[in-house]
This record gives sequence, structure tokens and C-alpha cells, in this order.
Amino acid sequence: MELAKDISGCGIAGFINTDGERISGVDIVDSITLMKDRGNGLGAGFAAYGIYPDFKEFYALHVMYDNEHARKVTEDYLERKVHIEQHGGMSTRPIKKKRPIFFVYFVQPREQSTKGESEEFRLEESDEFIFKLVMFINENIDGAFVISSGKNMGVFKGVGFPDEIANFFRVDEYKAYCWTAHNRFPTNTPGWWGGAHPFSLLGWSVVHNGEISSYGANKRYLEMYGYKCTQKTDTEVVTYLLDLLVRKHNLPLHTLAKVFSPPLWSEIEHMSKEDRELYSALRVVYGGAMLNGPFSIIVGFRGGMFGLNDRIKLRPLVVARKGSNVYMASEESAIRYVADDLDEVYMPKAGEPVITMLTDEAYEKVYGSKERTYV
Amino acid sequence: MYEIDARDVHYRELNAKIRKAIKEHNRDIVLHNVCGQYYIGCGLNDKNIKITINGVPGNDLGAFMNGPTIVVNDDVQDGIGNTMNGGKIVVYGNAGDVVAYSMRGGKIFIEKDVSYRACIHMKAYKEMNPTVVIGGCSGAFMGEYMAGGTLILLGLTKKEGKPLTGVYLATGMHGGKIFVRGGVDEKLLWKEAVVVSPTKEELGKIENEVKEFCNLFKIDYNEVMNEEFVKVVPKSTRPYGHLYFPGP
Repeated sequence: MELAKDISGCGIAGFINTDGERISGVDIVDSITLMKDRGNGLGAGFAAYGIYPDFKEFYALHVMYDNEHARKVTEDYLERKVHIEQHGGMSTRPIKKKRPIFFVYFVQPREQSTKGESEEFRLEESDEFIFKLVMFINENIDGAFVISSGKNMGVFKGVGFPDEIANFFRVDEYKAYCWTAHNRFPTNTPGWWGGAHPFSLLGWSVVHNGEISSYGANKRYLEMYGYKCTQKTDTEVVTYLLDLLVRKHNLPLHTLAKVFSPPLWSEIEHMSKEDRELYSALRVVYGGAMLNGPFSIIVGFRGGMFGLNDRIKLRPLVVARKGSNVYMASEESAIRYVADDLDEVYMPKAGEPVITMLTDEAYEKVYGSKERTYV
Repeated sequence: MYEIDARDVHYRELNAKIRKAIKEHNRDIVLHNVCGQYYIGCGLNDKNIKITINGVPGNDLGAFMNGPTIVVNDDVQDGIGNTMNGGKIVVYGNAGDVVAYSMRGGKIFIEKDVSYRACIHMKAYKEMNPTVVIGGCSGAFMGEYMAGGTLILLGLTKKEGKPLTGVYLATGMHGGKIFVRGGVDEKLLWKEAVVVSPTKEELGKIENEVKEFCNLFKIDYNEVMNEEFVKVVPKSTRPYGHLYFPGP
């Protein structure tokens, strides 16, 4: 027996080209794989933005099935609910372990057949429509999970080391302007395919190193708004909180970061009157959305990416910039391995979000519209 | 000089190579293309060994080290000098979180900035007395739970209008000394720590360490010493003694 034991934490990495230039997944795989020892083979995954330019008007549902029966039930449901422009099995390479099957569906909401259904699934609110669809499948159909549901993006994740999962999903063959990646070392929750990061809903995706100790409080808070936590992992609540606070409550990203990582009361005391009122109000109104516990997260969204630490920075995060490329990772080496001669490298302060966005021209090029939305 | 190419070499293999080289009586070891390998120099004992690192070494550089000198010609990551007993680490760049975590002896010199929790739980005992000199600025919680040793912060990268330390400076500190060049913003300081002036003897120690720092990084000593140093020390050796049981 080998007398060795590695104690570690998860690793995260992210990349964005703010000019919208799409690059293959090779670099992000190299970057996260350099931090292989931060994980233990029980979960890895990638989120990619801009990978489906030919279907950019459609919601791309990446669905994971435990068996054919789950697929049949889900497809029956999808046919009733949405227009399916195209679908098919996701192209994969062989992997030496028991694994679920993966399908992708490019869909749009469509007219419902009964009055009751039309009232619940409203055509004019297409994001809300897809949100309800995803919640229904994840909660009610045994063995079926929608792992991503945004437009022109997708999530690839499973149980394994990052290079293994990347090879399985052929991540090297996709091209994206923004990539995030995760390497998992599960602590409190099981290592299963759905529990791997990123966690995604509509345009949001989250990779996370740390532990959301407030999971229970956040989960109860989200349930009041129709969000069902079904993935058995704390990070799931971060994704849903993003959706609730930004898509539904229209909070700016910077304010959202101050809900997730609020300043301590002792810090609020020393602020100007205006700030004191704002931050007190945020803590009171959004107490249930505050994330307690150590974390560093990288959030991918339609048109950008942001990184954030908990308010006393109990997990690492390094940010670097080179021209229009922005890199984030748990370790500087993971960035330096794929990019040298960086213009800037730094570790952001606790609770200070690092927000990067596509330029206006790039956004229009990628999404075919000038009007920005986050999902 | 014994050279090792570390490109794409796993940390276990790299550390095994270093140990093998030492066993074969190499005392001057140079590592090229280092990128993220953990635990370099971990537990090494011989004070005649020098390891030069080109590239960014991984976490826990020089952990439990007891004698050798490590020179890094680049940035370093988290946890350098973790529980280090003796020897020296010189960094020509920035350092990540928890520099000198629980360090017990030896010296660390960092050219530029450090992130959060530098010198957390650093300690001293009898002749063991660690010293850390940071050329740049520091993140929050510097000197957290510090129990002994000397930390000198020079703030040479300080920008106009920005503080040179973060908040919660010296939180839970109950031993050791922190010397800060250019003063401390008391709003950032923990309430159980105080700012005083260094004694003549302590100024001598600062001068010696700054001299060594300036020689290493080719910085003008007189310019550095032109500014005043202040000392941060804990008010008591048991700041949490009455946290749960109100005492006399």
C-alpha cells in the first residue's frame, strides 16, 4: 500500500476573450489539469460560451439520462412543451466507467395546448418558460437532469479527472470565447455525475472552490421563489441565486457580489451615510441570499465572466490579463502554464468581484443582438 | 550546479529528483520551467543546499524546511515557508496567501506584495526566531494570531492614497513584533494591538534586515531607511483570555 494521502480543495479556472474570439478547449483543459492534485477524480467539468453559433437563437438543453426510459419520458415531455429545432446524442469518446448518456436539444418555447398550461408556461416570457421546464424535469423525471439550458452555451461535466472528462466530451473540438473549468474534491456531498461543477441554469454557470455553509438557509430562501435544489451539492444554490437576483430582481452584478459577500457590520459602520444605507438594506432584504462559508467562484454568463471570493477570502483566486484575454484560476501556475508575458497578475481582495464583459461589438457578433441580457 | 528540467514533471517526481540529487552530494540545484509543483524543498535539512527556481513554484514551498536556501526568480503561490524551521527563502516577485504560515525559524524575503494572512500564527521559541521581510504591501489579516518572530513590511509598492496593509491587521496577535515602514492606519488595526515606536535595539535589527533585503533586490538602502518605522505589538499575551469567562 502506498503511504500517501493528499488533502486538497477544489480547483477552478476561467478564461474569456473580450473581443469574442473563439478558441478551442485545449487551453482550459491544460490549465485545470495542471491543478489535477487539487481534485481526487470524483468530479470535473467545463462550461463553454459561444459554442453553438448556428443555433444561437435556441436554448441548448444538455440533458443527462441514467437510462433509456428516462430519455423517453423526458422527450415525450419536451415534445409537448417546446419546439425542438434539432437534437441528438452528444458526441463522446469511450470512458472506462459506468456513465450516463448525454443528449443535446435546441429548443424554443411553443404555444401550449390547454389554457391552464398556457397560463403557467407563457410564451412571451421565454426565459421563465425554460426555467420552469428545467425545474420540472430535474424535480419530477427520475434519472433525467438538465445540466445546462442557456443559449449558445453548454456544460460538460461528470465523475473523473478534468482531462478524463474533457476527453470523454471531446471538449477540444468545441470553440468558445469563454471557458470555465472545475476540478472537484467532494467534501460533504456525494461525487456523482450531476454533482460535478459547473452548475448551470439558463445563461448562468458556476464553478466553486469551498463550501457554502449557508446552503440550508439559501435553499429555503430559493424554494419560496420556485427554485428546487435537486443536485445534492451546495454550489447549486449559487446558480439559482444568480438567476433570481439578476434575472428576476435586476440587481447589477456588483451589487449581487455584495449580497453574496456582504461587508461585515463593523465595516458598514465606517461607511458614508449613503453606502451605510445601501449595505444595511442589502443585508436586511437579502439575508437569505448571503453566502456564508469559504468560497472562490467563477461565474460564466451570457456575454461575460466574473470571479468572487468570500468576504474574508478563505479560498484562493488569481486574476491575470493579457491584451483582451482575461484569466482566472485557483493558482497562478495554472494561468502561466497557458499564457506567458501577462500584462497583469493579481489576487483580488475579499468580496471584490472581478467582472469582465464582451465588448459591444463582440457581443453583437456572438449573440446577433445589441441588447445585452445576462441569460 | 545541478540542473533539473521540471517541465510537465509531477511534484512527487520532481521532489524525488531533488532528493536524489542531494543524496549524490549536489549542493547547488537549479530547477527550470517550474510550474505549480507543490512542496519544493519540503523537509530538507542541510544548510549548505541552495535551490534556485525558475518559474512559479506551487503551494507550500519550503514547508518544514530546516536549513537550505531557496531562491525563486518569479512569483510564488500560497503557503510558502509553512511551518518552516530554518533556512532562507528569497522571492523575486509577489507571494500569495498565508506566507510563513506557522513559521518557526529562518528567514523569508519577498520583493513585492503578499496577499492575505501573511505570517499567520508565526511563532518563536528560545533561539528559534523567524524573520519575514516584505518589500511591497500586504492583504488583510497580516500577522493574524501571530505568536512570535519579526515581520517587517516596507510598502515600497504603495500607491498614493492606498493603504499598505489590509484590514484586521494583527487580529488575535499575542506575541512577536510587526514593524511597518511609513506608519499604520489605526482604522485597520485590531483593537487588542497597539502602535508604538521601536526601541534602539529593535531599530538595529530592522537596519540589519533591511540591509540584507536591499542587497538581495538591489534597492537603495538609504531611501528605504528614510522613512520612519512603527511597531505593532499586542496589548496582552492572552487577548482572548476573557472572551468566554469575564475575569478580573
